[in-house]
Amino acid sequence: MSKKLLKLRVNGRAIEVAAEPHHTLAQVLRNELNLTGTKVGCDMGTCGCCTVHIDGKAKLSCLTLALECQGSEVRTIEGLNEYSMHPLQKAFAECGGSQCGYCTPGFIMKSCELLERNPDPTREEIKEALAGNLCRCTGFMKIYDAVEQAAEQLRKKQPEPSPVKV
Amino acid sequence: MPIVSGSGETSNTHQLNKGVWTDTGAPASAPFNIIGKRMPLKDAYRKVTGEGVYTDDMKFPGMLHCRILHATQPHAKILSIDTSKALALPGVRAVVTGDDAENRFGVLPVSQDESAMARDKVIYNGEPVAAVAADTEEIAAEAIWLIDVKYEPLQEFLKPRDSLKDVDPELQLHDKVDKKHPATNIHKAVDQEFGDVEDAFKQAASMPSAKFNFDGISHGFTEPHSVLAHWDADDRLQLYTPQQVPHYTHRALAKVLQLPMHQIQVIRTMVGGGFGGKSDPFQHEMIVALLSMKTRRPVKVTMDREETFLTGRGRHPTESKVAMAFDAEGKLLALDSDVIIDGGAYGSFGVVSAYYNGVLSNGPYRIPAFRYHGKRIYSNRIPSGAMRGHGSVNPRYCTETLVDMAAVELGIDPCELRLRNFLESNTLTPFHKFRITSNGIREGLAEAMKRSDWKNKYGKLPYGHGIGVGCAWYISGSALPIHWNKLPQSTVHLKIDMDGGITVHSLAADIGQGSDTMLAQCVGEVLGVNLDRIHVKSQATDTAPIDLGSYSSRVTFMAGNAARAAAEEIRHKLTDAAARLTGQRGEYFDFVNEELVCRTKPDVKVSFMEALHEAQADIGALIASGSYQSPPLGSTFKGSNAGLSPSYSFSAFIAEVKVDPETGFVQPLKVWAAHDCGKALNPLSVEGQIEGSVHMGLGQALTEQLRYRNGQLLNSNFLDYKIPTPFDSPEIEAIIVESHDPEGPFGAKECGEGALAPVIPAIGNAIYDAVGVRMFEVPMTPDRILKAIEKKARE
Repeated sequence: MSKKLLKLRVNGRAIEVAAEPHHTLAQVLRNELNLTGTKVGCDMGTCGCCTVHIDGKAKLSCLTLALECQGSEVRTIEGLNEYSMHPLQKAFAECGGSQCGYCTPGFIMKSCELLERNPDPTREEIKEALAGNLCRCTGFMKIYDAVEQAAEQLRKKQPEPSPVKV
Repeated sequence: MPIVSGSGETSNTHQLNKGVWTDTGAPASAPFNIIGKRMPLKDAYRKVTGEGVYTDDMKFPGMLHCRILHATQPHAKILSIDTSKALALPGVRAVVTGDDAENRFGVLPVSQDESAMARDKVIYNGEPVAAVAADTEEIAAEAIWLIDVKYEPLQEFLKPRDSLKDVDPELQLHDKVDKKHPATNIHKAVDQEFGDVEDAFKQAASMPSAKFNFDGISHGFTEPHSVLAHWDADDRLQLYTPQQVPHYTHRALAKVLQLPMHQIQVIRTMVGGGFGGKSDPFQHEMIVALLSMKTRRPVKVTMDREETFLTGRGRHPTESKVAMAFDAEGKLLALDSDVIIDGGAYGSFGVVSAYYNGVLSNGPYRIPAFRYHGKRIYSNRIPSGAMRGHGSVNPRYCTETLVDMAAVELGIDPCELRLRNFLESNTLTPFHKFRITSNGIREGLAEAMKRSDWKNKYGKLPYGHGIGVGCAWYISGSALPIHWNKLPQSTVHLKIDMDGGITVHSLAADIGQGSDTMLAQCVGEVLGVNLDRIHVKSQATDTAPIDLGSYSSRVTFMAGNAARAAAEEIRHKLTDAAARLTGQRGEYFDFVNEELVCRTKPDVKVSFMEALHEAQADIGALIASGSYQSPPLGSTFKGSNAGLSPSYSFSAFIAEVKVDPETGFVQPLKVWAAHDCGKALNPLSVEGQIEGSVHMGLGQALTEQLRYRNGQLLNSNFLDYKIPTPFDSPEIEAIIVESHDPEGPFGAKECGEGALAPVIPAIGNAIYDAVGVRMFEVPMTPDRILKAIEKKARE
């Protein structure tokens, strides 16, 4: 098969990249665009490490073919850290929600989607949102703490508008 | 008992999941500045932003990609390997097989039984047989299927009892087996007997006994194995690997590649979870090194999830027959156990496992008569090895279940019976002379009972709802190094130049447990400086002094003490400098908040930087070295070294569960987890270790099992190998018991592993309280529980 031109926006930036039809979004992000913050833990949709946002929705980039994202807006963990660290990123660090760190980008992207549609989730709602993500280190308790702390921060203060249109 | 709540340290109004402290009343230690504070991990911000570099994130110019061909037979002679078609595929740069490296390796010097790839025969379904380096991963993946391996199947050893039998030499999986059983596949047999066991059972008022069965389990770390080798232009090997023990890999590489150690540098990348599963030197490390030397190009392999499962080294599948004797007052009289542990294809840490399965049952209770027969066998299953709580977890389930059975029989509350048998502080165990220093298990159990409302719940909850208890202890590092030599077990170097940055060099591997942060805290506390001044370099063997790495819960105790010793040396230089600057005596200076303040005249002080620059006059950067070596410990009989540690942690857990008697499904509701870790250097991390241990133990208790058919692993993925999800996980209340160890750094002991073992029996005993059945098979899956309930109904 031959490569096809893929046009999309990644973290607000217009990208044109040649992609094999059988390559996943995770492969293109990591190997072609050097966005290695997105991790691949199982490559079969069972661990959630590779979670990114595609057009605002949290999706598994290991189960998404790159060419399915033609014209899409993709956001990765690197996209949360422009100009200032996202409250979720700070909270995961401060609350001990990240130990080995390998599952962390996936958890943060999934939590980010949750807080964007539900700014004040209950613990049960957080559990439900994160049920597809696997963490072997923390026992989840400190991850819930982090999401709750970030939700509170986000409710207190709307994030400053980014100087760049995203 | 004073309880110090963690509240007030954060302005957040939401309910933080914080542990509670209980103190054993040990003498109050000096007030600390950094020790004992809740600290985010030093590398946490790199992890949450995606900046942290794991091996698979690395890319070198001209890098080749490796795929490994794995055996498709559990036990077979290799008749031939034809690599010609693979080599002819465009884009393939090199192919290697077992013929490319004849020297064997293994983590223990006594079990050098692994080759880079199988030679002459394969001994498990999944063993590496050949490997390819190619321009792309796709080409490499295509090429391995062009390698033609012809096998002649041999009799398989898939049931542990088969490995006990005498067989022809051809059917022995390794040429070196246990000396007492030279014609078998027994890797290591341990037989110990102390005290009058027979007599103890004659006098017993209660002597519960049972046969137990444990399935093998896997570490389940989220980062798959990934290694990058670069044979560089200077003819040196640079190996990037997420290793818990870079030092052992360094040694094994030198042996297999037949290079002097100094021609190799091992560089630890970030480790995406270890739990013991990244502590052996590995075949894939040897393979990429061979391919890189052959091609003079960087070569990377990243395994898929199935290969990661097949690489194994998880907890041994175990069959145990255990009996205990108690007098009418519930005093423990004897422990008698007979254990077979399935080591799978290789030795790995197995000699240690064979000892630990017995000797680590000599706590947390005093055992006046002890008998243990343990056999670790080789089989044609994936290799077992060290996993969190190594060697102590399965036997702990057995003893805690039997203690509970005795309590029921004698009509004594299970917690009360345990309290009557705990080891004291500052004592020796009767036979092995394990030295117990601080011991907060009584306080821990009392606190867990209080918080769980044990007295009002045990035996009083409705059918299907129960509460159970489990206790444990664990080593804070093995006092006995694997390699016999005179080197210290940990060494830490410090360097401080005129910029005021403090560089800490150590080879203790940060695997997410926070050891870099711990080292920085120890140094920062001694020098009275902020942590942002301290930079921990714990990756590369060229710059870091040898440390035996991150296993056996040794890092806080050993590397922490080494870091403290190095910092003390710098502190002396700085006090001398302060004395020169002020005319006061050096020993009068306290190091607080980046200042050296004279204790007798508080207005006389110099800043850290002033003292530093004075100390650097004429010599430049300050350097110091600190090290740790365990004191002489233990008894003198053969094998008495196993289980020795300078200090032991203690834990007491209570779990509450609901069991659906119709389906056998167990819902854990809450776990109260009291763990005595000595001084909690970083309570945030201690809680994280306790909560993570509870979660991992829960998986082994209820859902996790490696399932085989004809030697083939059936569930080598996260759909079929069931790690508890948020919905399966209970609320966890971590209770930190501070007992202040006299030799630990600032009083600290271990907290990373000991907190796993008590979870499983606490759940098992809670199931008994809920539905009245004893579970002798782990994991306690719904079908097993249903079967037990049905069997009980028939009786």
